[in-house]
Amino acid sequence: MTNPIRVALAGNPNTGKSTLFNALTGLRQHTGNWAGKTVSLAEGKVQYKGKTYSFIDLPGTYSLFSNSTDEEVARNYIVFEKPDVTLVVLDATSLERNFNLALQVLEMTTNVIVCINLIDEAEKKGIKINERILTNKLGVPVIKLSARNKVGFDLLLDTIERIANGTIECKPTLMTYSDEIEEQIYKIEPYIRGMIGDRLSSRWVSLRLLDGDEKLLNEINKRLRLEEVKITDEYSTAIL
Amino acid sequence: MHTTNRLTLYQGKKGDFIRITDIFLEGVMRRRLLDLGFVPGAIIEVLKKSPLGDPIAFRVSQTTIALRKEESSKIEGELISNDKSN
Amino acid sequence: MNIQQLFSEAQQLSSPKLRDEIVHHLYQRSNQLCQEGVTYSKSKSDTKTEKLDAIFTSPFLGFPIMIVMLGLVFYITIAGANIPSTMLAEFFGWLENYLTAFFTFIHAPDWLHGVLVLGLYRGTTWVISVMLPPMAIFFPTFALLENYGYLPRVAFNMDRIFKKVGAHGKQSLTMAMGFGCNAAAVISTRIIESPRERMLAILTNNFVPCNGRWGTLIVFASLFMAANFTGGLKSLVTTGVIVGLVLFGIIVTFFVSWVLSKTALKGVPTHYTLELPPYRRPKFFDTVIRSSLTKSWAVLVRAVKVAAPAAILTWVVANIYIGDTSILMYMVQFLDPFGQMLGLDGYIMLAFILGLPANEIVLPILLMGYLSTGALTEVDSLVDLKKIFLEQGWTWVTALNMMLFSLLHYPCGTTLINIYKETKSKKWTFLAFLIPTVIAILVTFIIAQTARLLGWI
Repeated sequence: MTNPIRVALAGNPNTGKSTLFNALTGLRQHTGNWAGKTVSLAEGKVQYKGKTYSFIDLPGTYSLFSNSTDEEVARNYIVFEKPDVTLVVLDATSLERNFNLALQVLEMTTNVIVCINLIDEAEKKGIKINERILTNKLGVPVIKLSARNKVGFDLLLDTIERIANGTIECKPTLMTYSDEIEEQIYKIEPYIRGMIGDRLSSRWVSLRLLDGDEKLLNEINKRLRLEEVKITDEYSTAIL
Repeated sequence: MHTTNRLTLYQGKKGDFIRITDIFLEGVMRRRLLDLGFVPGAIIEVLKKSPLGDPIAFRVSQTTIALRKEESSKIEGELISNDKSN
Repeated sequence: MNIQQLFSEAQQLSSPKLRDEIVHHLYQRSNQLCQEGVTYSKSKSDTKTEKLDAIFTSPFLGFPIMIVMLGLVFYITIAGANIPSTMLAEFFGWLENYLTAFFTFIHAPDWLHGVLVLGLYRGTTWVISVMLPPMAIFFPTFALLENYGYLPRVAFNMDRIFKKVGAHGKQSLTMAMGFGCNAAAVISTRIIESPRERMLAILTNNFVPCNGRWGTLIVFASLFMAANFTGGLKSLVTTGVIVGLVLFGIIVTFFVSWVLSKTALKGVPTHYTLELPPYRRPKFFDTVIRSSLTKSWAVLVRAVKVAAPAAILTWVVANIYIGDTSILMYMVQFLDPFGQMLGLDGYIMLAFILGLPANEIVLPILLMGYLSTGALTEVDSLVDLKKIFLEQGWTWVTALNMMLFSLLHYPCGTTLINIYKETKSKKWTFLAFLIPTVIAILVTFIIAQTARLLGWI
């Protein structure tokens, strides 16, 4: 049996992310604890065209620069657990702030689908979204959804499948910063690549270091050390 | 008398539109505010006070965020308009 | 170069201005994307949310509406649970007769009938008939309110008070979770950014009565406090008593938070941001079905899992005699002097101790304890239930203190385990046990002694 394809749902709080998760997975989901909302990670499995997809509902987060334990859980999952596909759920009625998270995720990982949820509510408010332009600009699929009324699900599942099997290749458009920032990235990126290899995007880690995200750094440090322990363990068992 | 249209978000009245110029906060809170859209240049609408006077709800980049006095008094900007005055 | 050196290196290269610029770039890009791919045709948007907020967070109506909402959820739960609870109890009683007949038919020994029917079966079916109906109504009702977007408004209205006592406004959200289950609410405190305020929320969450205690509170409020009322009025008075208790729990929460933030958890309230999302009408049936199936069912299963062994244990200790006294009676007699001091008795204290794994089983254990000694062995209705308590010398003070002790005492086992997992500290977990216990003992002691002194009982 092959491992299920892991699909993580990230997004700002109150974007209907949990509604989407519930609608996608029905009642086939479980959490470690009885947990009111998404405080621990809820997981739900879905069969689609003969493959198993495991959807993971992450706690709502405004940014990858985590602030609360809840946000740290979400950040760590996207950054370190590396889901096969990450869905970033956006609220169509407040796209400007929501894009902030999407752009941050796109700096860090490639297999991303931007899901613009609450599309019916936005249309009522006279907001028209051209997903083709956005797809072009972002370099990853942008899909309009209404989780509440289950609109856009076929396209979403189909896109997930095609990203997972490699038919669609995501090429996120790289954010370029001012010359000053780019210069600093240029200075520290080689060191970071030397340290973390290609485990994470070294450009992204450089930016976070300039950002002063000490928590992230500690997490990377912790995980690198764990990896070392693992390797030496394997080594010692090998010589025994 | 000398009049100025500079004020902190805390001083804003219901219906005021304020363009942020400075944020006098550092570290994590500064970053959090930036992530929520309280960035220099952004236009904030003062929505309403909590029943006990504090916190105050602001409209920022199409969402509603409430801030306590401690933070809102450290975000400065210029008054652009009040929707009641026009 | 190690990672720490790299970090300081990066800090050298960076500056506050540069950091701002990074976020600024992201926002510029967002803005650009919106301009290119999104068109806004209507100018003024969400007036519905604004109009509703003018009511729900109004200086005059904000607080009364919160109390009415709280009362409404409780009233719907209490009034709605009444009939199904009775029906379930009658059904299980009817079934018990057949079970007993079956055991007689196969000539099963008395002890087997005792363990399985009088212990296991009765204990668990009581938990189900007392717990299931309120849960099945409360969880969906609450989920509707939650999904509609009302809870952040409560946090908005209440924040000033939380700030005064040194706590975080989002604590009201975790407290709301506590009505469902304290163990889950402890995990939900992860939304609170600052560790100090999160600890306050964890330590005081227990003062919100969870579903496991509601059964107990509802039974005593309606048996003793609302005894002279009938019909709809009875449910209303019961609701009033419960709302009063909940408000008392909230006052204790504020008091404990205030004391802690002046002593062990000193510090000033840290940063705070709260989003007020637009009101969104939830999908009624989806919400109701989901919350009943996932939450009510899960909590019930957990309760029954704990209740089954506890019920057997209780029956066993009540029926094994050393000399002419059962083990249960030895324990009861040992605890009785202390219980009497608090206006309670040895059975009640024992029920709370054995009920540590789950609050749901406190009442069933108490009843089994009483039934093992009293003349009455059949409980067919609430009237019979009250007779049992009166026979044991209960007064309104006993009932009140029983409710207060249930409201204020130590968190259940699952909650304590979660507190340990979240705080990773034995000291704080112990304090989470100790603080409520001391308060529960003090409050009931003061009430019992005052009532005796003034000759009320």
